Amino acid sequence: MRTRQALNAGIVVFPGSNCEHDVALALNSVNVTTQFVWHQSCSLDGLDLVVLPGGFAHGDYLRPGAIARFSPIMKALVDFIDNGGVVLGICNGFQILTEAGLLPGALCKNKGLKFLCQNTKVRVCSNISPFTANLPIGTELDLPINHFSGNYICDTDTLNELESHGQIVLKYVANPNGSLHDIAGITNLDGNVMGLMPHPERACDELCSITDGMVLLNSLVHSLDS
Amino acid sequence: MDYKALGLVDDEFDSIKDILGRLPNNLELAMYGAMWSEHCSYKSSRLHLAKLPTSAPYVVVGPGDNAGIIDVGDGIGVAIRIESHNHPSALEPHQGAATGVGGIIRDIFSAGARPMALCDALAFGEIIKRDDSLDNVLNNKRQNSWLLQGVVSGISWYGNSVGVPTVGGETVFDDCYTSNPLVNVLCLGILPLKRLVRGQATGDGNLVVMLGASTGRDGIGGVSTLASSGFVDDAYTKRPSVQIGDPYEGKRLIEACLEILDKNLIVGLQDLGGGGLTSAASEAATKGGVGIDIDVTAVITREAGMEPFEIMTSESQERMLAIVPPSNFSQVEEICKRWEINLSAVGKVTAPGADASPRFRILRGKETLADIPVRSLTTQAPLLDRPSSPPSDLHFRSQQDPAILPAPTSCGEDLLKLLVGNSWIYRQYDHQLFLNTLRLPGHDSALLRLRSPDILFSKKAVAVSVDSNSLWCSLDPYQGAAMTVAESALNVSCAGAKPLALVDCLNFGNPEHEEVMWQFKEVVNGITQACLDLSLVVVGGNVSFYNETNERDIEPTPVVGTLGLIQSLEQPLCDLKQIKGDSIVLLGELVDHLGGSAWAKVIHNHRTGHLPPLDLRFHADLIRLLTDLISSGIVHYAHDVSAGGLGVALAETAILSGIGCEVGTISSHGQLFSEAPSRVLVYTDQPNKVLSAARLSNFNLGSSSPQAQVIGEVDGEFIKIGNLVNLSLSKATSAFNLSIPNALGETVC
Repeated sequence: MRTRQALNAGIVVFPGSNCEHDVALALNSVNVTTQFVWHQSCSLDGLDLVVLPGGFAHGDYLRPGAIARFSPIMKALVDFIDNGGVVLGICNGFQILTEAGLLPGALCKNKGLKFLCQNTKVRVCSNISPFTANLPIGTELDLPINHFSGNYICDTDTLNELESHGQIVLKYVANPNGSLHDIAGITNLDGNVMGLMPHPERACDELCSITDGMVLLNSLVHSLDS
Repeated sequence: MDYKALGLVDDEFDSIKDILGRLPNNLELAMYGAMWSEHCSYKSSRLHLAKLPTSAPYVVVGPGDNAGIIDVGDGIGVAIRIESHNHPSALEPHQGAATGVGGIIRDIFSAGARPMALCDALAFGEIIKRDDSLDNVLNNKRQNSWLLQGVVSGISWYGNSVGVPTVGGETVFDDCYTSNPLVNVLCLGILPLKRLVRGQATGDGNLVVMLGASTGRDGIGGVSTLASSGFVDDAYTKRPSVQIGDPYEGKRLIEACLEILDKNLIVGLQDLGGGGLTSAASEAATKGGVGIDIDVTAVITREAGMEPFEIMTSESQERMLAIVPPSNFSQVEEICKRWEINLSAVGKVTAPGADASPRFRILRGKETLADIPVRSLTTQAPLLDRPSSPPSDLHFRSQQDPAILPAPTSCGEDLLKLLVGNSWIYRQYDHQLFLNTLRLPGHDSALLRLRSPDILFSKKAVAVSVDSNSLWCSLDPYQGAAMTVAESALNVSCAGAKPLALVDCLNFGNPEHEEVMWQFKEVVNGITQACLDLSLVVVGGNVSFYNETNERDIEPTPVVGTLGLIQSLEQPLCDLKQIKGDSIVLLGELVDHLGGSAWAKVIHNHRTGHLPPLDLRFHADLIRLLTDLISSGIVHYAHDVSAGGLGVALAETAILSGIGCEVGTISSHGQLFSEAPSRVLVYTDQPNKVLSAARLSNFNLGSSSPQAQVIGEVDGEFIKIGNLVNLSLSKATSAFNLSIPNALGETVC
């Protein structure tokens, strides 16, 4: 049981973000307090965790995340990360993190060139970082995806580095979008920034049938707490 | 300007001269052309729509405003509206469907509600044709496939990006929709009732402010030349009348408008849809009993040199009209700035003159360009009682019943052909945003928790279903429409919800054809009767006429969207995961009657016959019994018997649950595929309780045959129905899931 003050998460809201309320509900359900941080803000002080939620930041007309990386908050985000702050990018958040160069690789359009909203099964492949530190390797989780551009690519050297440093955190059990090596989620080298295409916040409620998102979020909360 | 090119007829031009006491100028003529179009004026339908029952204690706003509003208790309102975007989608399916979504969403937040969910009723010509040898069949199939792919991609693109989940709907295929698909979009919203706002202008001197996208040359003539006339072979020349959507602008408009309303800064809000600024301003002025002055030089235009008539009739998307007290303008401006929304005060509310006749004046600086009595554009638009007569082949249609058709050599093979699943479609839609979707698309109705960022702690839920059946309505429009309402209400109750209200989207051919007008009147009468007997009210609707191509009208297609309420999510809900080992009970009769069935149409292209009888009072009893059984936890799951009859209903439940069934009682293909109304399959581990509840309700009165019986059980990996069907579940599942992608020649990852 937690005895200290609840963790405090900031959820960055860009114009066009749309999963911010869902992320707040999910984090609240694992006892994390949340506040929204407008993209024009320049500070992330006092936060234990920053989440970039899903959606279509700035419309994503050019390319997902291509405009969002220039929002004023991104400078604060770089400082936050440099100081060891923990950042989770979900879906569009993952796309923004790759566009900003805070995670390696890029997310292309899905093989099949269609938007996909469906449940997927992912497998935990690394538990070095705080995001999955409490999950045994091989744990399978049911998590929904909801994207047009979730097809992860990177060059061979990067892929080798990701593999050898344990940065590939989640892989699809049945690849839905053509993603390289079935990659569903990765971290940076330091392990304090994670991007994933599936939406854990959509799997945190008995009434909505699946609850494995809580397994992932609880693991993160547990790591941050200890 | 040629008034005929604007869609006006000689009589109407004469009326305009009488109203103004002079010749109209070109701008005025363009404004009348837009507002007196069928699309804006409902001139052929208004007279008949007045019959529909529209009031109940829980109706806060009925038809005629931006959205119907239902009071569901605890200070919470549910907004609902449906609209068609058929003709734009026929010409440019992606943008046509996308802007249909955008338009209906604006109607919902115009009322102060947060748009929470979309459902679509889509209809296309056949894509699954077995006889590809004929060139025209193949060409039609290609065109229909292109339309389906474009419409789905348009809904996906706009809906997902604007951040409103698409949680349900239906897609039907029939060759009457070749070249003229139906794209009807329903949107649900949720609001704290204290935020309710009307689309009306009030307060002499208040500012008329346009918010959102700039005004361009797109969509000019949309209502008059595109929506209010049929297609002939040169239809593609009308493509410039299709608007272009911008979901990102739409998303920011939602957020900005809701914030403005939360701060109580405006007195009225109206979206700009068909008829553009002319329609929005004149409707708002009419409802508020005031006049409006608009200065066209204050309108932010997308390009220089736009003519006043272009500015006044442009249908550029993502624009709103707000009525703002001058003292609040700077606060509105501040909110818009934060959301990067452009705004401009383009006019003022004016008091009615001494003769109490409010004026709609268009100015260019100090120069008056147009001066029109407001109500002559709106409530005083032409009202027609068009002649009507039954189709000459109506008698023939009711003869030649499908009973004459040969029995299938294999019922299982016929069943496979009737299994058309929608997963290829709804996988492309975000159907989970807001975490309210309590079951995935594919069931009888969508079930949604009523929760939004403003309303976090409600225990209520709503179910919504959209339904149509053009075959039923072509055989008997009165009964077909009543059966459509009955099915829609039953679908909602299959989720455990009590049906309360509906919206309708009435898709018809050319109202200048007497048989179309007759069909329309019969359909309105059928909906009216069904509503009265089922205690439902109509809270909004839309009429789409002129769905014709080269003089061929579509079959009459009323689409009904029904809303039902679950008072508390603490009550038991349907759960497909619990049905393993359950008994399958049929509530309603086992009958052998194939009139109006999908089996006759799809397998034999047989489109004649008479509909099975409908007893609306019995239907009301069935709905009550079913919702009681679900809320008391006796029933694990319910599925109504509709297109494809018992065969398809049993197969669909097996496919969705992943468990087969063994059913004994059904003994003929007529019983297997009949679509007689008022029948539900319920899945239960307490069949005796279901049977005794059915006996105790009024349910068995007046009938000799049993009205509730155990017909089989849930088990195994096969769908076994008597001696008729023995299909492996995996074969049925792949037929169900792959029918659409296979027809489109696509592979599924």
